[in-house]
Amino acid sequence: MRIKPQIADKIATTIFNIVAGILVLLLVFFAGYLIYRGKSKLNLDFLTSEPNSIEAGGGIGPPLFNSIYMVVLSMAISLPIGLAAGIYMAEYAKPSKVTKMIRFCIEALASLPSIVIGLFGFLVFVQMTGWSFNLLSGALAVSLLNLPVITRISEDAVRNVPLSVKEASLALGATHWQTIVKVMIPCAIPGLVTGLILTSGRVFGEAAALIFTSGVSGYPLDFTNFNPFDSSSPLNPFRPAETLAVFIWKVNSEGTAPDARTVADGAAAVLIICVFIFNIASRVFGTLLNKRFAGKTNN
Amino acid sequence: MSVNRSVNSKAKKSIHYLKTELLGRTSVTFFGMFLIILTISLVFFIASKGLATFIQDKQSPIEFLFSDKWDPIGDKGEPTVGALVFIFGSISISMLALMISTPFSIAISIFITEISPRLGKKILQPVIEIFVGIPSVAYGWVGLTVLVPFVSKITSTLPFVDQSINTTGKSLITGAMVLSIMIFPTIASVAVDALKSLPGDYKEASFAIGATRWQTIRHVLVPAALPGILTGVVLGLARAFGEALAVQMVIGNNMLFPKTIFDRANTITSVITMEMGNAVSGTLESNALWSLAFLLLIISFLFIVIIHKIGAKGSFIK
Repeated sequence: MRIKPQIADKIATTIFNIVAGILVLLLVFFAGYLIYRGKSKLNLDFLTSEPNSIEAGGGIGPPLFNSIYMVVLSMAISLPIGLAAGIYMAEYAKPSKVTKMIRFCIEALASLPSIVIGLFGFLVFVQMTGWSFNLLSGALAVSLLNLPVITRISEDAVRNVPLSVKEASLALGATHWQTIVKVMIPCAIPGLVTGLILTSGRVFGEAAALIFTSGVSGYPLDFTNFNPFDSSSPLNPFRPAETLAVFIWKVNSEGTAPDARTVADGAAAVLIICVFIFNIASRVFGTLLNKRFAGKTNN
Repeated sequence: MSVNRSVNSKAKKSIHYLKTELLGRTSVTFFGMFLIILTISLVFFIASKGLATFIQDKQSPIEFLFSDKWDPIGDKGEPTVGALVFIFGSISISMLALMISTPFSIAISIFITEISPRLGKKILQPVIEIFVGIPSVAYGWVGLTVLVPFVSKITSTLPFVDQSINTTGKSLITGAMVLSIMIFPTIASVAVDALKSLPGDYKEASFAIGATRWQTIRHVLVPAALPGILTGVVLGLARAFGEALAVQMVIGNNMLFPKTIFDRANTITSVITMEMGNAVSGTLESNALWSLAFLLLIISFLFIVIIHKIGAKGSFIK
């Protein structure tokens, strides 16, 4: 029996609609479930108190702080390098074997599993330096993960600057480098910022690269101690620092507190809310900056 | 005098050039080259650790790949490092995840490009972007609290599952389900790009000869976009293969071969995650784990080569 093409078309359309609906429902369920399970924990006390591995009632203050600090440090390392490499690829790289090689390296770095990057970090930044687990090693490992992504984002953002803008600057007698710094980068900022916020979100949730670099411990911290050289100061980058994502993973595998599961529920809810914040922020900033910097030419 | 002056102005010019062009240019070039140095040193360090198993410890690479006797500490006599259980686990879990995820992802990409581009752009693409941003531990955590109990209920009713060892719900299929959600954004977004880049003539020509939308999708658009879709599938496979924590949380970390998809299993990434922290540096156990990491690295490079091959083959369409 053959189904009439028109009926087959209707059936197919229905199926596509259902699949699309399932996808949206899946996200609603996923986020709703995590937030619902963790909602009893979403209070200031939970967000600021120390984790407790023996008794009930621990919070996620230090891991949350470590995650934010990790984002800041790793961005401070990978942004300048990635931006420079991206500018090189977009503006100076000539079609040659070396350029091809760089492109392959970017692709290779981007495709490496984060656990492999974590192991490299463990070997080079932890074992060979003799620092043992610390926040800076973690930030360096995560920077390796970010680097290909930021390079690509920067290259695309610089490439998307309209040619007329670049030519106008060159025609005024500016050198190529002056054109890049004073004209093209300001033009590329909307694209850059959107991409960078999304990358930060990725750092925030990264765990596999951090287990063996920044470690799975790191308290107690004294949040009144602002001396970055003191081991109890949260600002010290050479202390072991468990991030929020690592914390969730650890509670699952070796949680000993009686309420380990509810603590992890709360932590997961905070994590997913942060993911949404990063996502919304990148959209809002992208639109705002686009209006501010690119004017009407980009539409 | 005049010669002197011209030298002077030349020097000024070159200083000006140095400041306004050369300095910037040289430094960005350096960072471009830095990426090559970085990649080479990464490969070098992991290879030098990973090859120690075969060079220092004189283990056979063939046995490493094809034997299932993993006993690096030597509890049962001579230490052996056959990693087949993990390799098999990684391959089967990624394949299962692909089987679940691919049809779904292609359907989503067709919805976005053909059925309703407006809803696709406004709702589905942002949804996909959020899925990309969800950290793997969050996937693992939902897998652990939702899927694991669910699969546990199912396995306790199935007759062919060994009830005495496999009712925890941690299994190959649980891991594959978690992975399939994680890799679908990768496949879907690459497939969307592939479908979008097709020339509009294809669709119009097909409609003009009286084909319905479904016929056009099935017989014209999907075949034409196949190389792009395949690229997405390989990228998804690469992501599945390298994912560590989400899998480790739900797979059960068993050192035996899984007999059914409802059995506990192990993967390359999860054995590294579990054991690297306990392994003493320099011992056979640690070296063997580094060999597994090196294997992951080689496989992820292989995936890139495959993607390039697909790209080169598909280029006749453009």
